[in-house]
Amino acid sequence: MKILYFAWLRQQTGIDTEEVEAPGEVTDVAGLLDWLKTRGPGHAAALADLSAVRVAVNQEFAELDAEVAPGDEVAIFPPMTGG
Amino acid sequence: MAVRVQREDFDPGNELERLSAGNHDIGGVASFVGLVRDVAGGEEVSAMTLEHYPGMTEKLLAEIEAEANERWPLEASLIVHRYGRLAPGDRIVLVATASAHRHAALESCQFLIDWLKTKAPFWKLEESGSSGEKWVAARATDDRAAARWKQSSDKDEAAE
Repeated sequence: MKILYFAWLRQQTGIDTEEVEAPGEVTDVAGLLDWLKTRGPGHAAALADLSAVRVAVNQEFAELDAEVAPGDEVAIFPPMTGG
Repeated sequence: MAVRVQREDFDPGNELERLSAGNHDIGGVASFVGLVRDVAGGEEVSAMTLEHYPGMTEKLLAEIEAEANERWPLEASLIVHRYGRLAPGDRIVLVATASAHRHAALESCQFLIDWLKTKAPFWKLEESGSSGEKWVAARATDDRAAARWKQSSDKDEAAE
């Protein structure tokens, strides 16, 4: 699974992209975020408040209960501020 | 219909001229140009860096442009959004829509920019001489501006 981080999530994790092999019990976005928190203090800090975090799976906006699977591209970012 | 995500500046006059060139069914062109301000929330801003999600940005902009073309009878439309480091006064975004009549052009232009503010995967990092770097927070007023364009069919789905 490919994980992308943007804006302050990229700064706090110190990573813009990482390839991960999540354990088999990770089947949805919420489970994935919980597991990513265990990867280090930067990840834990960045993902501490999920109300400040948005997710896209394969470039489609996704809710916490959306399914994820090996091979997916999952992007994690704050609310958008374009325009 | 066209969408461009680019680091380079654009020339609004040129873009508008090209949008309607050769199409004499067009009776009106509406446009919005967003600029970097030198103040935000009472604090001075010396520069701004726009980050985006390459791939998803282009896909989402194309989808919303297609929706505008479904909802209004447009003859032409264009979205140009810049990324990278910009200074106060620099252009950030151009939205332009062309139609036989003004209402379709003006309404669809506002729809597109309201939508862009909240749904396009861009993030702004502001630099200030006094307080360093700060990621711009999303604004509830922008969410409300985007929400008023929701169609009744969307609301029905949300209620289910």
